Amino acid sequence: MNRLRRTWTLIALPTLSILLAVIVGSIVILVSELLVSGRLRLDLPINAFAALISGSIGSPNAIINTLVQTTPLILGGLSVGLAFKAGLFNIGAQGQFLIGALATVAVGTQFRTFEPGIVGLLVSIAAGTLAGAAYGFIPGILKAVSGAHEVVITIMLNFVAVSTVAAVVSTILDVPGSPSPITLDVGTAALPVLFGRNGHIGILIAPIIAVAIGWLLFRTTWGFEIRTAGANPEAARYAGMSPRRIIVWAMSLAGGLAGMAGAIEVLGVTKHMTASYGTTVGFDSIAVALLGRTNPVGIIFAALLFGAMRSGAAAMQIQAGVPAELVGVLQATILFFIVASSVVRRIFRLRAAGPGLDEATTISRSYGGGEAPRAA
Amino acid sequence: MDIIGFLYDLPIIGLLFQLIGYLIAIFPTIAPIVMQASVPIAFAALCGVMCERAGVVNIGIEGMMLTAAFVGWAAGVFLVPVLGNGPELIFGATPALVIAFALAVVSGVVVALVHAWLSISVRADQIISGTIINIAAFGITGYLNTLIARSSPAGAGRFEAFVLPPAVVDVPLIGWLINTLFGQGPLVLALLVIVVLFQVLLFRSRWGLRTRAVGEHPRAAETVGIDVIKVRYRNVMIGGALAALGGAYLSMDLSASFQQGMTVGRGFIGLAAMIVGRWTPLGAFGAALLFASSVGIGQSIRIVPPAGELAELGALLGALPRQFFDALPYLVTIVILAGVIGRSVPPAADGIPYERESPA
Repeated sequence: MNRLRRTWTLIALPTLSILLAVIVGSIVILVSELLVSGRLRLDLPINAFAALISGSIGSPNAIINTLVQTTPLILGGLSVGLAFKAGLFNIGAQGQFLIGALATVAVGTQFRTFEPGIVGLLVSIAAGTLAGAAYGFIPGILKAVSGAHEVVITIMLNFVAVSTVAAVVSTILDVPGSPSPITLDVGTAALPVLFGRNGHIGILIAPIIAVAIGWLLFRTTWGFEIRTAGANPEAARYAGMSPRRIIVWAMSLAGGLAGMAGAIEVLGVTKHMTASYGTTVGFDSIAVALLGRTNPVGIIFAALLFGAMRSGAAAMQIQAGVPAELVGVLQATILFFIVASSVVRRIFRLRAAGPGLDEATTISRSYGGGEAPRAA
Repeated sequence: MDIIGFLYDLPIIGLLFQLIGYLIAIFPTIAPIVMQASVPIAFAALCGVMCERAGVVNIGIEGMMLTAAFVGWAAGVFLVPVLGNGPELIFGATPALVIAFALAVVSGVVVALVHAWLSISVRADQIISGTIINIAAFGITGYLNTLIARSSPAGAGRFEAFVLPPAVVDVPLIGWLINTLFGQGPLVLALLVIVVLFQVLLFRSRWGLRTRAVGEHPRAAETVGIDVIKVRYRNVMIGGALAALGGAYLSMDLSASFQQGMTVGRGFIGLAAMIVGRWTPLGAFGAALLFASSVGIGQSIRIVPPAGELAELGALLGALPRQFFDALPYLVTIVILAGVIGRSVPPAADGIPYERESPA
């Protein structure tokens, strides 16, 4: 009974936020339809959400597709969540994902006819993960050395990554004679498909990584250091830890996770890259990490929810005629209620679930050229 | 000419002289493009200065711009059937266009109010609040755009540029500059006025002193009777209006339509311009011009590559991928933030929610 209540205090806020988002989404659908066509169609929200649900979990193929969409979100969510735990805000998952994907394609296409394929697969995933880690290392080392805030640096690096992808794909990796810049296919280095048409093995890898990160955070000294430095850098310093070292490691690890997300996405889904390769995984990952309360298990569930929404969005647009972009509105609304949790709590008379991101936490202290953290 | 030729032929530094020569040669041609490209970035940067000088970090500028760009266009779609496409006043502005523009500004203020509420009253993390605004704005404008664009309607058109008399434009040496600055639509002219006015007010007026006090040391500001919460709310809302001007410029001046995600990161470049411009209006405007020049030069190198005496430079620049010039503003910002060349210091209380001391 006690345990049940504890679980409820933990999931009450996310659950209510999702319900409130469904209500807000329904209002958006009704009002916009009324404005555009002049008709009040009360059945439209029901149709839309029914199509969204059946398009995401209504058939084996839909479920596989949902899991495929969930995979990069789990890894991206872990990337942002791990940084949160260390008191860092990794807005750069987007850029780290792109750089990871680029490195993976660059290496994977070299192994496109290599047998056995597992060699090319492992080497290119490693390349993507390391490239992402290197891209996360940059804001980490800059923050540790000069105090430059990781938020602004990673925002800038996101755009640099977009340009880098475009530049590399349209020069070095471009297939000669192609009408628009495109890389070769990764061929045998692709992730093997285990389930249905596109259920690649990555959908099993991501949860395993989540468990590994959970173990790292809560069962190792290293994870303890990360959490201590995130909760109170001063205390961490007094305990003899080095906040600088932790910042660099945490950002690199976060970058590696986002890079791995990019690697699995190109090896499992797209198999090649174009110059305008785009993704929203980076920003969705922030939403996933917040909804999952930066906890690896929570992140898996949050990623499943957002993966399902992305997967069902097309069905919603085709069957109910409600634009797929509604998913973005739902995501933002869920986040809004999570962030305005003190207000939601007051409305529903909920108890706080201990210290978390929801109690007026501020990670974004003074940015720009702040002070570098002092060495231990 | 011999001296110039000699300078161009110098090893290594010769390239620098070639670059200067090339810039002088092409600048009058690309100046209008640079000016236009800098406008949305400058408005975004001014929004950033307005918010952050009062201690509120705003990374939702992109979302505010996108919302205003959409509302300006969509309001026109609904207003034109009612008000018609005339009569044209100054700058090609019809009543429908003016009302749509006003609504665009209001929408920016409303979005800013959400950010203000979350970050000032709820005291939520301001970066998260900004992220929510960006995701929400992208989602809702994309959603509504898909709905409205099904019938491919026309908006209320766009503002037109002020046509200077030829006598002014043809003035030798500075005619192109005058034309670049003033032969523009109303929003560009407004930007020039706002930059100067904002700079003076921020450093020379009571409002400016209060704003800076609230951003540097809110506790002290409250002690001398300044209402910190009120100042922050007001500044964030004015900031929303400034961002809205940048967004409206995209869909009501530079073009007469809306495309999904049409701000393509200008809100974030604006943030960079604010930092490079050291949180001052003039500096931010200068940085916006610099950033826009980078993109402009990148384009002109493809259209009019350096040749003849400048062949050496042409070979060097031609070898760079064109995306290099797109990425240059961001790289410059990273270098400046890292403190390699000069340090840019934000207001001391930037990003920290203010909590009133409980009344005794």
